[in-house]
Amino acid sequence: MKILNKKNILSILAILIVYAIVELLTHLGVIDSYIQLNLILIGINIILAVSLNLITGFTGQFSLGHAAFMSIGAYTSGIVTAKLGLPFIVGIIAAAVVASIAGIIIGIPTLRLRGDYLAIATLGFGEIVKIIAINNDYIGGAVGLNDIPQYTNWTWTYFLVVLTVFIIYNFIKSYHGRACIAIREDEIAAEAMGVNTTYYKILVFTIGAFFAGIAGALYANYFSFIKPDSFGFMKSVDILVIVVFGGLGSISGSIIGAIALSLISVFLQNIPELRMVIYAVILFLIMVYRPQGIMGNVELKLFNKKGGLNGYAGSK
Amino acid sequence: MIMEEIIQQIVNGVSLGSIYALIALGYTMVYGIIKLINFAHGDIYMIGAYVGFALTTFLKLGFFPALILSMVICAILGVIIEKVAYKPIRNSTRIAALITAISVSLFLEYGMMYFFKPDTRTFPSLLPDKQIKIFNTDAVLDIKNVYIIVVTISLMLLLQYVIHRTKVGKAMRAVSLDRDAAQLMGIDINKTISNTFAIGSALAGAAGVLVGTYYNSINPLMGVVPGLKAFVAAVIGGIGIIPGAVFGGFFLGITETTISSLGGSLYKDAVAFAILILVLLLKPNGFLGKDVKEKV
Amino acid sequence: MKKTMTLFMALALMVSVLTGCGAKDTGGSGKESDTIKIGLNYELSGNVATYGQSSVAGIELAIDEVNKDGGVLGKQIELIKVDNKSDSAEAANVSTRLATRDKVVAILGPATSGNTKGATPPAMQNKVPLISSSATDDDVTVDSNGKVREYIFKTCFNDSFQGVTMANFAFNDLKLKNAAILFDNTSDYAKGLMNSFKKTYPSLGGKILVEETYQAKETDFKAVLTKIKSTNPEVIYIPGYYEEVGLIVKQARELGIEVPVLGGDGYDSPKLLEIANKDSLHDVYYTNHYSPMDTAPEVVAFKEAFLAKNGKDADAFNALGYDLAKFLVDAIDRAGEANSEKIKDALASTKDFKGVTGSLSIDENHNPVKAVTILELVDGEPKFLKKLEP
Repeated sequence: MKILNKKNILSILAILIVYAIVELLTHLGVIDSYIQLNLILIGINIILAVSLNLITGFTGQFSLGHAAFMSIGAYTSGIVTAKLGLPFIVGIIAAAVVASIAGIIIGIPTLRLRGDYLAIATLGFGEIVKIIAINNDYIGGAVGLNDIPQYTNWTWTYFLVVLTVFIIYNFIKSYHGRACIAIREDEIAAEAMGVNTTYYKILVFTIGAFFAGIAGALYANYFSFIKPDSFGFMKSVDILVIVVFGGLGSISGSIIGAIALSLISVFLQNIPELRMVIYAVILFLIMVYRPQGIMGNVELKLFNKKGGLNGYAGSK
Repeated sequence: MIMEEIIQQIVNGVSLGSIYALIALGYTMVYGIIKLINFAHGDIYMIGAYVGFALTTFLKLGFFPALILSMVICAILGVIIEKVAYKPIRNSTRIAALITAISVSLFLEYGMMYFFKPDTRTFPSLLPDKQIKIFNTDAVLDIKNVYIIVVTISLMLLLQYVIHRTKVGKAMRAVSLDRDAAQLMGIDINKTISNTFAIGSALAGAAGVLVGTYYNSINPLMGVVPGLKAFVAAVIGGIGIIPGAVFGGFFLGITETTISSLGGSLYKDAVAFAILILVLLLKPNGFLGKDVKEKV
Repeated sequence: MKKTMTLFMALALMVSVLTGCGAKDTGGSGKESDTIKIGLNYELSGNVATYGQSSVAGIELAIDEVNKDGGVLGKQIELIKVDNKSDSAEAANVSTRLATRDKVVAILGPATSGNTKGATPPAMQNKVPLISSSATDDDVTVDSNGKVREYIFKTCFNDSFQGVTMANFAFNDLKLKNAAILFDNTSDYAKGLMNSFKKTYPSLGGKILVEETYQAKETDFKAVLTKIKSTNPEVIYIPGYYEEVGLIVKQARELGIEVPVLGGDGYDSPKLLEIANKDSLHDVYYTNHYSPMDTAPEVVAFKEAFLAKNGKDADAFNALGYDLAKFLVDAIDRAGEANSEKIKDALASTKDFKGVTGSLSIDENHNPVKAVTILELVDGEPKFLKKLEP
């Protein structure tokens, strides 16, 4: 395995070309601030979806509290950059670290819970985080935290998306990733085969939370205003929907899902009253006609020639 | 004075709990049979309240006719939802089922909002507006609370009877225990599940009308919070267990009231969820549930 | 190379979809269009959809009237109504879209402070004035360094103003010295009112016995009310919206709490009377923009027109939305040109604009200077008590 093989060079080239094209179009004025905002939003959603996919899609741990990690990241970065006046990179790192600590904390209950019970516990965790944020006056409480410096731009977002996808993709492909998939497929069998399920379950929650924290930092420093409500149960559901829509256990699916759902949301802005009704119908139709999501658990060939990861999303 | 406050808080807790219990009954039934967290349950409760509102406001029906009719309409709605939405996904993954339930819930909430506007509507007052003084202190009990508690307990007893003493109930228990084996024994799975939804949704409809008359204010998102709380209550009591739901409802109501009375109203909901997580960790099958060994 | 192509195609598709999305609106009409476009960035779905939809109902009534009278500057007004899902990031998205795609001259909304703060940065960057009629938080128009946000305006009181007024009223007019506070801690509006009341009341010599909270969409308040009752307050300050306040007042009276209840403009809705019945609505005082029972011709005309169009009585959000639209039209008229920059200057220099909810001038912080009215509910009907000039 040479690091500089043909495939890797091509991938790096592709990544740089996409970046260059967007930069060029921005300078030419084809991409205005509206498209840019949506590109950044899509980027944030990709990070959230890919990180949740690691937890739910690959390891089979049902989480309805992903937005809580994002909110912890957003507030951490908000405090670091707005209140302490430190640079953005410090905000991002702090956001990721603090969120991953929360990931360890919520990872511990997963040792005993599974399936729906875990989903409910993570939902409860998300609500608790929200209530704490509402009652904390240092970070603005229900009023929210305003005037966070607007550091996030296309460059930050794009390379953090690339970094997230790169790390999680390689994690999945590694020995550790296969252990996670084994847990998803059959936890007891995995344990019997010598997989340290405790370690891996906490690990994926930590990694997932780490990246959700980064997404939160990007969000806070782009919109420059955050409030606890923005990271409620519905936000967690939105992220989960992206993952399921794209396909549990498919990173390229999560990317496509994030893009598709962001575009759907843009279109639905025009029909305000029926917006959520149509959203509900779309969700429903996908669940009925393609419950495995757009990509199933197959990866786009763009990422790997050897094909997707075997097995299907756990039915536990 | 202190004594009086304590009595009043117990009354408050019990009456709040009775509402959670009433909604939790339907939740726990559906979960018990098809292992689906029916997020739409809270919204059926909302629809029940709207039906009750329409019947009493426009058709000028009395309390009991409105209650019964609303239960019937919700039962039909529940069966329709099951046939249209949940049946196609019965054999797909848990996560797909959960998202379907969420989509049904959003559909009902925003569909109602589209057709009937998001504004709060007010119920006509149907039940006598009377307060009873307890033990000659200043602590009061609303007569409507008595209605709610009586209805909740009687519905619980009725359900217990249906589930343990009738053929329909026996079929439900069989399906909940082992769907395939039940089918082999000649039980019509589809019909049993429909029955479950009908009964569960009728209970939600009853809760909607009762709560509508009790608080006399309804809106399309009214089902979200009580739905979630009722689910918490059902889990605390042991999901799938009828008396557990009632126990959980009262437990949650009294806990919330206690926290508020100790000055913790800021963290009331946080404590409720913390209790939920603790219960899940320490006694995953709820207070009234039996421990089941993990099978390979 | 196939992969690069795929990715490139995906990106090209995305860009073209996004570009195409708003283009059809601007296509053809060019710069010299025959309508003036105003963007509405409101909560039409999501958990505060009631407030957004109510504001929009008021705005639409006002614009209908303006258009019927020949529009402004000889042009008709076109409203572009977009939903922000009651979410602050979505509000930013909508703001950007209205400014860059729909090329509106000004944006109205959102209805809540949080979403308005979300919608602010894009409005500032694209130099489009954004005016809210109900974002009451003090730092909506002024940033954390005390600098005024150039393109952001509001036409409602600051939170602090109402809290101070009510604290003074409780202490000096009602002569009550012991207060309890019960507020909605999920609402920035209620929290703002509460904070200023909490600061002012003790400084006058009053005492705050207990401070309790509830959450929007709750329906049972008996536990906190029992707690409050045990401290024997002489008056309770309950900043919040009518949906919950109606229930709170009713349950308080049921529990035997008969002391006066004080609140803010969130009380102003015919629904308050429906939710809490007539018997419980006594000794309720609140600050408001105007008296709905006012017999001034413009108030009566508005109420009748609103009832005729929407089939229900107007509440505070409707009236504020109506005034907001008229306020903007007035500024466009004075600007003499449908140009965002000039409209912004005209807005900033508004003097004594006469609306249904009273006359207002814009101060240097882009906040309105307007009189506050204190109303008392007598058998559920608001009765004018006093008017305090700023």
